Amino acid sequence: MPNAQRESAPPGGVVRDFFMPESTVILDAAAIQRALTRIAHEIAERNENSAEVVLVGIPEGGVPLAQRLRKILSDIWKISVPTGSLDVSMHRDDLDQRAAPKIHPTEIPFDVTGKTVVLVDDVLFSGRTIRAALDALNDFGRPKKIQLAVLVDRGHRDLPIKADFVGKNVPTAANEKVQVRLGEKDEVILERK
Amino acid sequence: MSWNKKHLLDIESLTAEEITTVLDTAKAFKAVGERAIKKVPALRGKTVVNLFIEPSTRTRISFELAAQRLTADIVNFSADASSFKKGETLKDTAKNLEALNADFIIIRHSASGAPHFLSRVVNASVINAGDGAHEHPTQALLDAFTIRERKGKIAGLNVTILGDILYSRVARSNIWALTKLGAKVTLCGPSTLVPKTFEQMGCRVTHNVDEAIRDADIIHLLRIQHERQRKTMFPSIGEYTTLFGLNKARFAKTKPDALIMHPGPINRGVEIDSEIADCDRSLILEQVTNGLAVRMAVLFLLNGGKGPQEIL
Repeated sequence: MPNAQRESAPPGGVVRDFFMPESTVILDAAAIQRALTRIAHEIAERNENSAEVVLVGIPEGGVPLAQRLRKILSDIWKISVPTGSLDVSMHRDDLDQRAAPKIHPTEIPFDVTGKTVVLVDDVLFSGRTIRAALDALNDFGRPKKIQLAVLVDRGHRDLPIKADFVGKNVPTAANEKVQVRLGEKDEVILERK
Repeated sequence: MSWNKKHLLDIESLTAEEITTVLDTAKAFKAVGERAIKKVPALRGKTVVNLFIEPSTRTRISFELAAQRLTADIVNFSADASSFKKGETLKDTAKNLEALNADFIIIRHSASGAPHFLSRVVNASVINAGDGAHEHPTQALLDAFTIRERKGKIAGLNVTILGDILYSRVARSNIWALTKLGAKVTLCGPSTLVPKTFEQMGCRVTHNVDEAIRDADIIHLLRIQHERQRKTMFPSIGEYTTLFGLNKARFAKTKPDALIMHPGPINRGVEIDSEIADCDRSLILEQVTNGLAVRMAVLFLLNGGKGPQEIL
């Protein structure tokens, strides 16, 4: 979801001073892996017919998470789970209120009609990204069901949207930032201003 | 990724990064055009006015479809059926359009600088769809998009623009865009239509067509702009075709992977041989397809508000 939360880490070696935001690691690499494994098992438990399930990650943060879930789920089910990405920029409701967003590739190389689509995002916050994703997905067909998996639910919803699978619920203040970093070192960080 | 402009008036004032932002965004919109449902709600509730004081078919239709695919409302306004004939000024016409809450005004005008003038007197976003012999920014953006898509890059390519450069806004916008993106641009045509002064824009000028197209990766042909020429610039169309037309003999001597572009409308048998226009190295119809994606991208980017790109 939030681009702001995906900002790259501040340059290393900077001396922490009084004005630096205070940040806490809320999930380390092992905890992220455990959360994804649990989510994958919950997806498998909820959906008896594995052939109907497809994963769709929301750029940027949801795409690598969807790939990791695909790997774990494919091991559980012993089948390859179709996985795609869905950019929601063109369906957002705040396009004229800020600079135009960067549009990431949408790749859904399968038919979603009749399938159970599991949308995957890194952080669930206002819910507006998910609303846009529900609209955007409609343009590709009529899924039988849509479910939502997120690594972190930080609360503060603007819309009546709820995740089906949550890695970690994190109570936050509105002015805090949750950054999900995946790469050389996986971690989720809560930054206080 | 950077874009915080309200108007698209010319290529001259854009940075290479801004041009690349349009091309990257257009790539996403081209993909939308290939889906079963080709429409997205990005400009829902917005009003776009096509203010075409000079006739146009493909640019007007391209903008019209671009606005519709973004779910905007679009109104067409042409000089023939307008109050211009009754003596209304451009400013008054624009103010009237704004009173109808137009969010975007797309203007084509025979006077260079008309879009710039308009941008100073209205609150709407102004898009230049061609002003006199000055610029035609969306054409240059779609040409750059087409080249990048087919060649994978623009920097370092040899691009030859052949034809009536002097009266061509397409040429000027293309020269700005291509040189900013690092291409080596050669201009060629009759010396009356391709004066040496164009070298000041950072390109090479030659009047020898065989030499101009020999090393070209892209050969961009332009139509003779009879409507803008106030005097005879060359003896006859027949002589122009003989000396500068892209015929089969000349085409055979180009690089085997050289591609042919033309902004249209083409005059078959004048600047381009009919068979060459239809061959598999001609990008003329791809340019039209890409034009739609580029114009959607431009409307999408200009629709963005001020402030940070941050999504919360």
